Amino acid sequence: MTCLGRSFVLGAVLAISLFALGAEPGRAETLHVTMEQIAYAPAQLSASVGDTIQWDNKDIVTHSATARNGAWDLTIAPDGKNSVVLKSPGTVDYYCRFHPNMVGQITVKPRQ
Amino acid sequence: MFIRMGAAIAAICLFAGSAFAQSAKPTDPQIAHIAYTAGQIDIQAAQLGLKKSKNKDVRAFASDMERDHKAVNAKALALVKKLHVTPEDNDTSRQLSKQASDKRAELSKLNGAAFDKAYIDNEVAYHKTVDDALENTLIPSASNQELKGLLTTGLKIFQGHLQHAQHVAAEFK
Repeated sequence: MTCLGRSFVLGAVLAISLFALGAEPGRAETLHVTMEQIAYAPAQLSASVGDTIQWDNKDIVTHSATARNGAWDLTIAPDGKNSVVLKSPGTVDYYCRFHPNMVGQITVKPRQ
Repeated sequence: MFIRMGAAIAAICLFAGSAFAQSAKPTDPQIAHIAYTAGQIDIQAAQLGLKKSKNKDVRAFASDMERDHKAVNAKALALVKKLHVTPEDNDTSRQLSKQASDKRAELSKLNGAAFDKAYIDNEVAYHKTVDDALENTLIPSASNQELKGLLTTGLKIFQGHLQHAQHVAAEFK
């Protein structure tokens, strides 16, 4: 292989590596929770610090996503959505202030 | 099935002496009327609560009841219109309205913490009665699947209201 050919291969490998790095768990994601039939779906999910959780309300009544530790309290009208960025690791239990039979849990891991 | 329905109705009757105990198996137009009436009663109770109470939690609860029951009743009206069902007045809804009117008169005479306690205790009892009637009589009796679906969603919403009311009532123990 010529010197030029080796450089090309090396460059391609480097580009693929950089691309792969971008897809590592280091990148923050948006995770979706649906409010439907007076329940959160999924009711339990796992996320990392820096991730965004977005709730979409498909029900006919207003709901809330209220963290029991006081970290956040979102009110979401029918057909509306709202989101929160997870700031710290730990397990957060949350519920709907208007319908406390709706409960959910998010396990927040430290960012790798 | 008939015996089971009878037992369920007897259980509701024993529990609350409720107007719901009056009905045999209701028809869809009667069910629609009963469910809508039950919603209107809680909207009127909520409006009384908002007029009379100064307690933050009681007012928040009343405001939630007014908003939710209006939303459910709007869906119920849209559904009966779509299904070309005319809600039909019946003994159960008439007796529900009469009992509610008596209760409102009783609550209107109270003020301050006495009103707050009586209003929220009544909300706990009322939602228990309505939830039981939905679960044991109205939902099993409904023939139309969309009506059954809306009543089932309503039951889950009202079970949430019951828990919410119980939390607020705990303040007044």
